[in-house]
Amino acid sequence: MIPSPDDALCAALTRATCRALEQAEIFLPPDVVRALEAARDRETSGIARGEIENILSNIRMAESLRVPICQDTGVPVIYLTLPPGIPFSGRLYDAVAEGVRLATRTIPLRPNVVDPLTRKNTGDNTGPGMPAVHVRHGERFTVTALPKGAGAENMSRVAMMLPTDTGSVARFVAETMLIAGGKPCPPVVLGVGIGGTFDGAAAAAKEALLDPIDTMTEYERGLLDAVNDLCIGPMGLGGKTTALAVRVKGAGCHTASLPVAVNVQCWACRRATVEVEW
Amino acid sequence: MTRIDLSTPLSHEVLMLRAGDHVTLSGTVYTARDEAHLRMREEGIPFDPHGAAIYHCGPVIHEGRIIAAGPTTSARMNALSGFLLEQGVRALIGKGGMSRQVADQMKGRAVYLAFTGGCAALAASRMTLRRVFFEDLGMAEAVYEIDLDHLPLVVGIDAAGNDLFEGVNRNAQARFKKRFSLSREAVP
Repeated sequence: MIPSPDDALCAALTRATCRALEQAEIFLPPDVVRALEAARDRETSGIARGEIENILSNIRMAESLRVPICQDTGVPVIYLTLPPGIPFSGRLYDAVAEGVRLATRTIPLRPNVVDPLTRKNTGDNTGPGMPAVHVRHGERFTVTALPKGAGAENMSRVAMMLPTDTGSVARFVAETMLIAGGKPCPPVVLGVGIGGTFDGAAAAAKEALLDPIDTMTEYERGLLDAVNDLCIGPMGLGGKTTALAVRVKGAGCHTASLPVAVNVQCWACRRATVEVEW
Repeated sequence: MTRIDLSTPLSHEVLMLRAGDHVTLSGTVYTARDEAHLRMREEGIPFDPHGAAIYHCGPVIHEGRIIAAGPTTSARMNALSGFLLEQGVRALIGKGGMSRQVADQMKGRAVYLAFTGGCAALAASRMTLRRVFFEDLGMAEAVYEIDLDHLPLVVGIDAAGNDLFEGVNRNAQARFKKRFSLSREAVP
């Protein structure tokens, strides 16, 4: 008989979830900080430089005060990696949710999760389907937190494009930022999902945001160039840096389909991975 | 970079500001988001609006302290800001800019000040919480009276109706059209 996850394992997962959220909310990953510093040095307008200076001093302030980088502490998006030997069960989801509640109380986080129609706040950042938990197999037992704020999430888009129109992916990606303007707090990072199904493209776009932004393929650089050519700039006040990076994740798709999703991420590209120790 | 230091209550000095100026703001600000605007429009403004500054923000408050307080998207308040300006509010602070209608309503009396989105820790480090109104609206939507110490801002829309965001958006539209009207035709 396959054993179910025991109490010690669940408690460890709860603690690790809380730690991953804390790490993500307070400390921006080094590749993102380096990209922001490079963007500041590249900008020539005083307004654009000033905006990125504010961002960099905010990052330092959050670190030294041990407070969240942004007051929109987001909704919890969690990726679990299970190595062989860790039994998969519903208790894992409960343990992650408990970690979210713990993080909400202790960091603290703003309670953002509400019922979609009554808009009643649950008060602890959990609810039906929240946290969003994605489980996959891997070498190590890890939990990754990607807290997602609303300003950038709200500007994200999915399109079922013509399968003959692969050349227009860049147009759709750039158009997404043209519509968004300064609203998603640029300079943004764009996760682009290409292929799969309607929902799969969106999930891939979000997963692409977990990838480091200091390496890009030639295709991704082409998309980045199309976005930065809009000159929307930091905070929509004009400048060279509308996006810091574009990362793409692809999947096979139906011969009659071309699903494309763009998940917009503000400059606070928060992500952290913690190993579950038990 | 020269900065103009402003403090509340604001008066005619805001009329001299030009879009693109760097300023700092000290004194009192009141936070307000969507729900607070609706409540104030229905029940009245719970503070003296003359020369006041409104901050589009839903902060994280913990044990009476401001933990994080960056700006929220101002455009959501586009249709809800006229009554504040009519009653003497001199500055709206937020991120992302506001509509032409609001820019017109601000002409000759008020400015829009842009604060860098997401800079919640930086903002909180320059703030002291004084009191709260409409607490029943919840942490994000309540109105907080806050003391500010030199918050760094950019004039996004001046009192003559010049709008930095509008200019950037127009330029982006033109550049998009130029780049992609050609590529579209190249696709069979």
